[in-house]
Amino acid sequence: MADGILQVGPLGTVIATVLLGVVAVLAAGFDGAVGARLQGRRALPGAAAPVWEGARLLRQRRRTIVAADSLLWRIGVVGLLVVALLKVAVVPLGAWTVADLSVGVVWFNAMDVMVWALVWLVGWGANSAHALIGGYRFLGQALSYELPLMFALTGPAIAAGSLRVGEVVAAQEELWFVVWMPVAFLVFCAGVVAFSVWGPFGAAAGGDIAGGVLAELSGVDRLLLLAGRYALLSAGAGFAVALFLGGGSGPFAPAWVWTLVKTLAVLAILVGVRRLLPVVRPDRLAEVAWIVVLPAVLLQLLLVSVVVVR
Amino acid sequence: MSPVLDAVFWVLAVISVAAGIAVFRVDSMARATYALAVSFVAVGAMLLLLNLEYIGVITILMMVMEMAVMAIFMIMFMGMNPALMPMSMVHNRVGSLVLALGVFVVLAGGALLVDWPERRGEPAGELTRSLGEAVMGSKMLVMLTVSPLLFATLVAALVLANPRGRYDRFGDDLRATTPRGPGERGEQA
Repeated sequence: MADGILQVGPLGTVIATVLLGVVAVLAAGFDGAVGARLQGRRALPGAAAPVWEGARLLRQRRRTIVAADSLLWRIGVVGLLVVALLKVAVVPLGAWTVADLSVGVVWFNAMDVMVWALVWLVGWGANSAHALIGGYRFLGQALSYELPLMFALTGPAIAAGSLRVGEVVAAQEELWFVVWMPVAFLVFCAGVVAFSVWGPFGAAAGGDIAGGVLAELSGVDRLLLLAGRYALLSAGAGFAVALFLGGGSGPFAPAWVWTLVKTLAVLAILVGVRRLLPVVRPDRLAEVAWIVVLPAVLLQLLLVSVVVVR
Repeated sequence: MSPVLDAVFWVLAVISVAAGIAVFRVDSMARATYALAVSFVAVGAMLLLLNLEYIGVITILMMVMEMAVMAIFMIMFMGMNPALMPMSMVHNRVGSLVLALGVFVVLAGGALLVDWPERRGEPAGELTRSLGEAVMGSKMLVMLTVSPLLFATLVAALVLANPRGRYDRFGDDLRATTPRGPGERGEQA
């Protein structure tokens, strides 16, 4: 167990769950506010819009589809939230963490691979062409973002000499990893946006295929999936803070406050990216990812390894 | 092991076998694929019980990814796409049943009946690190032999599967400044 990292009990798990929910709602509110401002409306009603939308979806009746594979569909829909929560389990909040795994970094990676299966299942389950195309788009995109994301995760682990998230945070006491691993940080953030089916990497839920994986979702299913996307973004932002931005380190305030502040700052940027960049076609992404991004992140790893060995 | 861990082990064991059976009982390619994934995830969780954290988590990661990729191949290589329709997951019903039961009996019987040796020595303190040292040290020759083979297989599979190479996107002399999309004018079908 890393110095100063405390594993919390069952109550801590409940608090982590609630916290993830609150952060995800804040992310949705922020997106709503930005969207409203861009259309020249006032920000506050825009920020509240996701809440009303959530209430509407809770009351909406489920759409029934002929020959839908309901079991797999539901697993995919609920799974995103569950996976986001399992990711948060290894993210330290200041000195506390739900699970201080010795392979926390790999755990996070395994959970983001779960998203591959889940998004495809959402696309498959609906028995709808648009949704299925969306699911396959996501897999095509995943083939591009996953390897750079894995290598980006490797950087901080090499520098810290440990796969334990607490020790990765502790290793940044003198210098945050983002300073000398900017490429890995950017690639990781892009990976978070990609596994959250968000913004430039949201082709799987694109408007050109009637919403893709979202096409047939209604009522509480739709709410769970939309919430799952925000939760994945939130968990990814939290992990970026632990891996690259020094975790809870900062002056004046306690560590948990700094963790939250940094997480919200990263999250705001990740959410805002949606308004800045156009959607990237997965097949074009493949070219950039394999020919430009992958070598770049490998060079970053080389740099990190040389620094560590020296 | 404590009774709780014993119970967890048995639950995982039953899940992995039941999901394995489900692979052949369901009538949909998607369900069979993910039943197999569940079976493997249960095995990965069992490895976690043995304190093999890295191997356990990596098993879960690889198996889920593998099944997702299998879904890609399922569409890519199955002509008229029966993958999307209900279909039987079994060929040669009797033969496969005999084979499966035979292998299960041999393996399970072997595991139960073999005279396991007493444990010698202690597990290394940091299992992940010693695993890494074994792979990068004494087992390096194996890795050096296996990886070029795997890599060659990957490249060959990609070449076979790729419907649009760079000549389709950038023209015969690779001079086009922007790549052509699928089905755009000037592309060979």
